[in-house]
Amino acid sequence: MSEHHNEHTHITPFKTHLLILGALIVLTIVTVAITWTNLGVWNTTAAMVIAGLKGTLVLFYFMHLKFDQKIYRVMVLLVLAVFAAVLILTFFDYLNR
Amino acid sequence: MPENTHGHPEPSYLEYQGKHKGLKAWIFSTDHKRIGLLYLYTILTFFGIGLLIGLLMKLELIAPGQTIMGPDTYNRFFTLHGVIMIFVVVIPGLPAVFGNFVMPIQIGAPDVAFPRLNLLSWWIYILGILLVLSSLLTGGGAPDTGWTFYAPYSFETGTNMLPAVLGAFTLGFSSILTGLNFIVTIHRMRAPGMSWFKMPLFPWALYGTGWIQLLATPVVGITLLMIVAERTLGIGFFDPDLGGDPILYQHLFWIYSHPAVYIMILPAMGAISEILPAFARKTIFGYRAIVISTLMIAFVGYFVWGHHMFTSGMSGTALYTFSLLTFIVAIPSAIKVFNWISTLHKASINVQTPFYWAISFIFVFMVGGLTGLILGSLATDVHVHDTAFVVGHFHYIVFGGTGFAFLGAMHYWFPKIYGRMYNARRANLGWLIFFIGFNALYSPMFYLGVAGMARRYYDYLPEFHSGNIISSIGAYVMATGLVIIVVNLILGARRGEKAEANPWGGKTLEWSVPSPPPLENFEKIPVVTREPYDYSA
Repeated sequence: MSEHHNEHTHITPFKTHLLILGALIVLTIVTVAITWTNLGVWNTTAAMVIAGLKGTLVLFYFMHLKFDQKIYRVMVLLVLAVFAAVLILTFFDYLNR
Repeated sequence: MPENTHGHPEPSYLEYQGKHKGLKAWIFSTDHKRIGLLYLYTILTFFGIGLLIGLLMKLELIAPGQTIMGPDTYNRFFTLHGVIMIFVVVIPGLPAVFGNFVMPIQIGAPDVAFPRLNLLSWWIYILGILLVLSSLLTGGGAPDTGWTFYAPYSFETGTNMLPAVLGAFTLGFSSILTGLNFIVTIHRMRAPGMSWFKMPLFPWALYGTGWIQLLATPVVGITLLMIVAERTLGIGFFDPDLGGDPILYQHLFWIYSHPAVYIMILPAMGAISEILPAFARKTIFGYRAIVISTLMIAFVGYFVWGHHMFTSGMSGTALYTFSLLTFIVAIPSAIKVFNWISTLHKASINVQTPFYWAISFIFVFMVGGLTGLILGSLATDVHVHDTAFVVGHFHYIVFGGTGFAFLGAMHYWFPKIYGRMYNARRANLGWLIFFIGFNALYSPMFYLGVAGMARRYYDYLPEFHSGNIISSIGAYVMATGLVIIVVNLILGARRGEKAEANPWGGKTLEWSVPSPPPLENFEKIPVVTREPYDYSA
């Protein structure tokens, strides 16, 4: 196979998984709690930042991005860049109406 | 014929006896070739249904006033025609049929990376079709919104939206899984020596397509679920009374559905890039330029969706940004056309049926592409938006592009798939009648659109009569050509002459295995040392 690498399997300790699970639960509670305070236009931003943080934790630990080859991180980043570009283009409409 | 370790010739995938027999040996097979054919037969069945609906609509439009159906039936017919043709036929189209059948062999692999997932994709596809069809038989009957399900009408109509929308949602999953499977297969299972730039262009096109399927399809999935939420819970995403925005629906829908056009056309371009060098008997001109333009189309294609919404009320900044980006995406498409033409320059062309399909593809694709620029320009789009012009442009690209490439690919890979040949004279006659009928059907729409005939109406003003007569007659001429083509292929598959392993003198790996190929394609995985279209030897 043209791209055959010597791959080793990384085994994440059980404790790390539990820690990440805990962090995700805490962040979910924060997402709910934050709705009790009115942040005005920053409401959505706060929710998105927390969701982004949770997504990153899942990607890096549960989906092993942290322990994988760099190329996968680059690929995920590219996908996020496309997503960001799509959002920005949509706002070309909304911010200029 | 390759021999197994016991010295017996290995049976072809058609003869191979697994643990199941009869129909079960097909619908539970994880062999990429059998799955490709499952898709082929399903797609052809639904193409037939979609075509029949289209023919009935053309009959309705043969004269002004009500001819054979009223406005409500017509509205449901064009919705069903669109949903079936887009979600069931052209989106899976070339990737699911020829991608499955040919791509693993072209890259020197025994199968795709996830054969079971591949079979699951087909089953999910069937489930999606059943859901769409259930809308016909339950509730308020087939939806009448058009295949785009535009808000706010889609959550106000009394017709049966939910099954159709959930069906399209389910079909999306099948598409995502196929895309994922192909990306992994191409990354991980290329034969030794097949570096990225030694890979044939059809797998390259499927690679670009796979990324669009993987990244864009979830957007339409969520959008369709939003319609469901809107109809059942009245949330108000798209309802201005509740703080929503109907144009947001159009953004979300086209963020997927425009890249979806490239899901349809990229594999078509890939197939044409395979056919042309085989019949020009020389290497493709500008291999790397074609690869880069494939990736560019896949990438830039994400950012042009707004050109479907020029008259919807977007901001001026968004309008000219999307218009500019639309013009940019025309560049890689044109690069491909120039490369194909240059491949033919000074070639000693072997004129056979697949070649006719390939050159007629270039013609109809150019007509579709150039009329697309008229729609991509802000000023001219205002005049022809929502007219028959759009219908003409769309069918030249989607039916002309994907359809011609599909039929070209069918005639090209047919001997490999069935191990038999079709009758070339009948195939050429079918192509000629189809080509004449196709142009008679769709070219009057450009004139009708510029003259002001709106699309999606069962009726029109008397001054549009002559154009519609030509178009309707063209539809039936085209269908006649198609009947000749399909009958000829069925006869060929059943009792055509036995085909050689490489009847066209192709250089890619699928022509190095027997016709039809054995179960795991290669006796021994090949080592690739040459360029994919090396005709010098």
